[in-house]
Amino acid sequence: MNYNWNWGILFEEPYFDWLVSGVEWTLFVSAVAWIIAFSLGSIVGVARTVDSVPIRAVATAYVELFRNIPLIVQMFLWFYVVPEMVPDDWGRWMKRDMPFPEATSAIFCLGTYTASRVAEQVRAGIESIPVGQRAAGLAMGLTTVQVYRYLLVPVGYRIIVPPLTSEFLTIFKNSSLALTIGVAELLYQARQIENYTFQGFEAFTSVTLIYLVLTMIVVALMVSVEEKTKIPGYGIQKDK
Amino acid sequence: MIMLGDFDFGVIVTALPYLWDGMQLSLLLTGLAAVGSIFLGTLLALMRLSSIRLFQWIGAIWVNFFRSLPLLLVIFWFYFLVPLIVQGQVDAFESALIGFVLFEAAYFCEIMRSGIQSISRGQAWSGYALGLKYSQTMRYVVLPQAFRNMLPILLTQTIILFQDTSLVFVVGLADFMTSAVTVAQRDSRLVELYVFAALVYFVMCYFASLSVKILQKKMHK
Repeated sequence: MNYNWNWGILFEEPYFDWLVSGVEWTLFVSAVAWIIAFSLGSIVGVARTVDSVPIRAVATAYVELFRNIPLIVQMFLWFYVVPEMVPDDWGRWMKRDMPFPEATSAIFCLGTYTASRVAEQVRAGIESIPVGQRAAGLAMGLTTVQVYRYLLVPVGYRIIVPPLTSEFLTIFKNSSLALTIGVAELLYQARQIENYTFQGFEAFTSVTLIYLVLTMIVVALMVSVEEKTKIPGYGIQKDK
Repeated sequence: MIMLGDFDFGVIVTALPYLWDGMQLSLLLTGLAAVGSIFLGTLLALMRLSSIRLFQWIGAIWVNFFRSLPLLLVIFWFYFLVPLIVQGQVDAFESALIGFVLFEAAYFCEIMRSGIQSISRGQAWSGYALGLKYSQTMRYVVLPQAFRNMLPILLTQTIILFQDTSLVFVVGLADFMTSAVTVAQRDSRLVELYVFAALVYFVMCYFASLSVKILQKKMHK
């Protein structure tokens, strides 16, 4: 195989800076998208367990809609289609004045998509609590809101910490799709280094290692969170 | 602001034959990748469950390695770097297919592993007691039952795989997604084509997963 190895290139300017800024964008986009995914997913997930039929239907529709369209198509919809579908003033603002249009679109896309997956976990967590507990809460005179507030939500969340970990890893891996609309995240930078220097092996190897290390750090952090939050005797079958 | 009335359906109608070619490629890639990765995934699952330490290690490293990486990165690896290794032209379809099989096998492995574990130990023991070898026990006793139990989950994962094939857009392979983008840019009709692509994917995946749910209900009867 004829290939000129040059690992040093990764530490030369500007390529090293590109990698660093790629890591920063990947982490930033994933973290902000996760905040959206977690809050919106919690609301949708709880909504799927309530008694009201219309609320449940809306929440189910949300999950089915976002789950059955490939993420890359959703990226394109958020970036190219949404600005055309909103009122003209908003569209103009989104195209002209919105800060970091690519990254903002990517964050909303990843956030709303992952919210549908988080919602499924939240629902599973709440549904795994024996029905008797909800009944007991109501029998004690708690309102439905209080049953959720003090019983179902706190217990449900502690049960689903492990699957939520893998959802966080999913958002972090999926953030690489942001490159299709031009966000300069980690994988984007690897391709850019490949294009400029033809040192594809080095660029892709370094990015692969960075992803592996970041994943390991997240997993290690979450294992300790899982230890702290787990309720003895409860738990969905761990998917590991 | 674009209302439904402004939609230019003509663009989509004209492009339909071209988009259909793309869809055929998507489906072909999904089918081949599913068969390949279920086969490889089953082998990996057997390795993870084997009593030989080395095999356990290979299986575990494979699964954890690929599950830590974005699929997009794996597609790039194979697209840019496989031609370098084999010193020649590799078809974009083949390199994407290899990438998908190796990557998705990690996910199918975990499904098959829990499938095999769901079969009670007694089944394998009775196989051995009847004088079957390990390979025969697996082939005739354990795996058929594991596949049957896991069929809904395997199909669900295949639907996810179908959605994932849209990622070959990044290497320019002319699947459905790439065809839609090509037409969208050629005719400057981004809104129509992207909404149409989303609709097609949604309808296909929604009804596919609905069928899986019905199948699941039938199996539990």
